[in-house]
Amino acid sequence: MTLPLYGFDLITDAQGLATALLLGFGFGWFLERAGFGSARKLAAQFYLHDMTVLKVMFTAIITTAVGLWFFSAIGWLDLSYVYLTPTSVGAQLLGGLILGFGFILGGFCPGTSVTATATGSGDGLTYMAGFVAGLAIYAVALPGLELWANANSMGELTLPQVFGIPYGAVVLGVVVMALVAFAGAEWVERKFQHLRPQ
Amino acid sequence: MSAAAIASPDRRGVDSARAADRRRLMNPYLAGFGLGLVLLLTFLIMGRGLGATAGYGSLLAAAFGAIAPDWTAANPALKGYFADPPATNWTLYLLIGAFAGALVSGLLAHRVQFRIERGPNLSVRTRLLFAFSGGLLAAIGAKLAKGCTSGQALTGGSQLNAGSWVFMLSVFAGGYLLAYFVRRLWR
Repeated sequence: MTLPLYGFDLITDAQGLATALLLGFGFGWFLERAGFGSARKLAAQFYLHDMTVLKVMFTAIITTAVGLWFFSAIGWLDLSYVYLTPTSVGAQLLGGLILGFGFILGGFCPGTSVTATATGSGDGLTYMAGFVAGLAIYAVALPGLELWANANSMGELTLPQVFGIPYGAVVLGVVVMALVAFAGAEWVERKFQHLRPQ
Repeated sequence: MSAAAIASPDRRGVDSARAADRRRLMNPYLAGFGLGLVLLLTFLIMGRGLGATAGYGSLLAAAFGAIAPDWTAANPALKGYFADPPATNWTLYLLIGAFAGALVSGLLAHRVQFRIERGPNLSVRTRLLFAFSGGLLAAIGAKLAKGCTSGQALTGGSQLNAGSWVFMLSVFAGGYLLAYFVRRLWR
C-alpha cells in the first residue's frame, strides 16, 4: 500500500480539495456533537466541573497516534511523506500560553469558533473577527516574532527522538498517560460538581 | 452546562422527551474517537493533519495582496499564505467543510440558535469585547507556535511532535493561569 495517497500522487490537487470539504465536514460534525459550539462548555474545562475538552482531545490524539503507528508499522504508510511542523521550543511555549489566554478570555480556539458560528453564536463570529485582526497585527507590527520563531527552529523533532525510545513504546506510553488522565478527569468532575452553574 | 441549557425548545414549543434526546451531546470519548478517525484519514489521504489558521491566513494575505502585492510577498508572516491563495487553499476548504458539518449536526440536534453566550452577570458588550480580544490573542499565539489547537495540539500531538506537546501543555497552563481571575466571564 502507498499512503498517503496525495504524497504518492494517487490523487490530484482538485480531489485533495474535495477531500478537504468532506474531512472538514467530519471535523465540524464531531466538534459540534461534542458540544464545542458552546463557549461556556469549552471554558468549563478551566473550572474543573466539565472536562469534556480534555476527554475529546486526548481520545482523538491516542486514536490517531495508534493509527499512524499501526499503518506505518505494517508498511502501508510512509511517514516521510507526512508533514511534521518544525519544533521551536521557546516560540511554542510562548505561543501556547498566549493561545491559552485567548482561549479562556474568548471561550474558543480557532477551530471551535467556526463550529460555534455555524450554529448561530454571535460570540463565535466576533472571535473569528478578532482572529483575523490578530493575524493582521502580527503581520504588520510583529514580523520580528516570526523571524525569531524561525531562527530558533530545531527542525522536525519527535518525542521518540527526544527520549531515545522506540516509536511504538512512546505511543503506548501516551495511551497509558491518556487513560490515567481520563480517570483523573472523571474524578475531578465529580469532586467539583458543585461548581457547575445552574 | 447541560445540553438542554444551550438548546432551543422544540419547533412546536413542545419539549418532548424525544427532542431532549436528540439534543443530548455525544459521549465525549465517542466524539473524540470520531474526531481521531477523521484526523487519521486526513493523514492517510493527504499526508497532513487538520488545521484552521492557514485558511484565515490565506484570505488575509489575498486581501493585503490586493492592496500591496510586493509588501505582502515579502512579509515573513504572510508570504507563505500569499503563495497559497484562497481558491486552492486546502485548509480553507477544510474550514468550509467544518462550517457545514457543524451546521448540519447543530440543525439535527436543534442546537442552531442565535445567541451570545456569557456568564449570568456579564453584559453583551463586555462579552463581545473579550471574544474579540481572545481571537486576537489566539491569532498571535497560533502564528508564533506555527499552529493552533487543531494544527498543533491535535495534529502534532498525535504525531508525537515534541514542539506540539510543549504547545499543548502550554495552552492548558495559560487557560488555568487566567481562569480564576476572569471567572465572571463565564460563571
